Amino acid sequence: MAAHAEHLEHHGPPAPHYSSRVSPSILGMFLFIASEIMLFGSFFTAYFFVRVVNATPWPTPPYHLPIYVAFINTCILVTSSFTMHWALQSIKRGNVWGLRAGLLLTFLMGLTFLITQAIEYSRIGFNTSNGGFATIFFCLTGLHGAHVFVGLSILLFMTIRAFRGHFSAEHHHGVEIGGIYWHFVDVMWIVVYVTVYIL
Amino acid sequence: MQNPLRSEAEAFRFLIVVIGGAVVIVAAAYINTWLGVAAAVIVVAGVARWYWRQPSPQPPRLALRDDRPHPRRILVIANETVGGRPLREEVAKRAAQGTAEILVVAPALNSPVKHWVSDEDGARAEAQQRVDASVARLAETGASVRGEIGDAEPLQAIEDALRTFGADEIVLSTHPEGRSHWLEQGLVDEARRRFAVPITHVVVDLEAEREEVR
Repeated sequence: MAAHAEHLEHHGPPAPHYSSRVSPSILGMFLFIASEIMLFGSFFTAYFFVRVVNATPWPTPPYHLPIYVAFINTCILVTSSFTMHWALQSIKRGNVWGLRAGLLLTFLMGLTFLITQAIEYSRIGFNTSNGGFATIFFCLTGLHGAHVFVGLSILLFMTIRAFRGHFSAEHHHGVEIGGIYWHFVDVMWIVVYVTVYIL
Repeated sequence: MQNPLRSEAEAFRFLIVVIGGAVVIVAAAYINTWLGVAAAVIVVAGVARWYWRQPSPQPPRLALRDDRPHPRRILVIANETVGGRPLREEVAKRAAQGTAEILVVAPALNSPVKHWVSDEDGARAEAQQRVDASVARLAETGASVRGEIGDAEPLQAIEDALRTFGADEIVLSTHPEGRSHWLEQGLVDEARRRFAVPITHVVVDLEAEREEVR
C-alpha cells in the first residue's frame, strides 16, 4: 500500500525500471570482468607455454628476479587496498576527512608501487629482447602496471573531488566504483606476483 | 551467484580471499610442485563454488496495488498451461464472486542463448498465440480478460505486470510436479517470498486432459 501511495504521488520522470533481460550494471560488470580475464588470460597463456610447455628455466640464468623488492611492493599495494576500504567506510559514516586521508594515502602508495616498479625495471639487468622469460616478465608486470596507472588516474580525480567536497554519506558512488577497480587491480597483482616471482 | 565485484566492500573481501588462497598455494608449492598445483585447483574451485552458491541479493518484496475502488484484479501467469481446464475453473470461480478484471501474462519462453542475444521474435510469436487462445477461452467465464506477453523469466514477467496492473491476487499455473521446469526452479515459493500479493498455484495436467478427450 505504502509503495503504491508513493508511486501515485511521484512527480517527474518514472523511476528507472529495467524490465527485461539483464540489468545494465550487472551486464557491464560481467563484460568488464570477461574482457579483463581474456586480456590477462592471453598473457598467462604465453607464460604457460614459455615456462611449462617449452620448459624455459624461470628465471632464465644468469638473470634474477628481485623477489624481496617485489614483496615490499606487494605489501604496499595490499596496504593501499586497506586504506581505500577505510576511505569508503569513513565517507559512509559521514567522515569527510577520513575519506580524504584514505584516498590520499591510497594514491601515494599506488604511486610508490609504480615508481618502485619503474626503478626495478631500470635495474633488473635484462630487457624484452632477452628471451621468452624476459618478454613474458615485462608483458605481465607491464600490463598490470598499466592497470595501476589507470587506477591512479581514477584515484587522482577521486581525491580532487573529495577535497572539493563532492562526496557525502549519501552520495559516494564515485568512490565505490573506483574502490572496486582498485581492489581488482590488487587481486590481479597477487596473481601476477605469485606466478611470476614466487612459483 | 554472488558477483565478487558488486560493491567495494565485496571486492575488498574478495581480495582478502585471494590473498589467503595465494598463501595456501605458495605454501603447498614450497613443499611439492604437484601439491601446489593440487592446492591451486582446490582453492580456485572452492572459491568459485562458494561464490556460485551464494544467493544473489534480493530486492525488497513488491506490492504495487491501487487503493482506488476497482474490480478485483487477478494476474494470471501461465506458459503452455494457459488454456488448461483447472485454470479456467479457477478463473470462473473468481468471476462468479463479482466483477473481476483479469490480465493473462504468458512469458515469452526462450533458450538462454537466444535470451542473451535478444533473439526473441519466435518466442514472442508463440507466446502471443497462447495469449490469444487463452483470452478467448477465459472470456467465456464472463470476466473481463486481456492478455500480454511477458518477459522470458516468469518472476520478471510478474514484476513487470504488477507495475502496470496492480493485481489483488496472482494465479500461477504450472505443469504437474516432475514435468514443470518452473516448479523445479522453485518458482512458486520464490514468487511468494518476493511479492506481497496472495498467490494461488494451479496445476494443469495437459496430458491427462488430452487422454480424457480421447
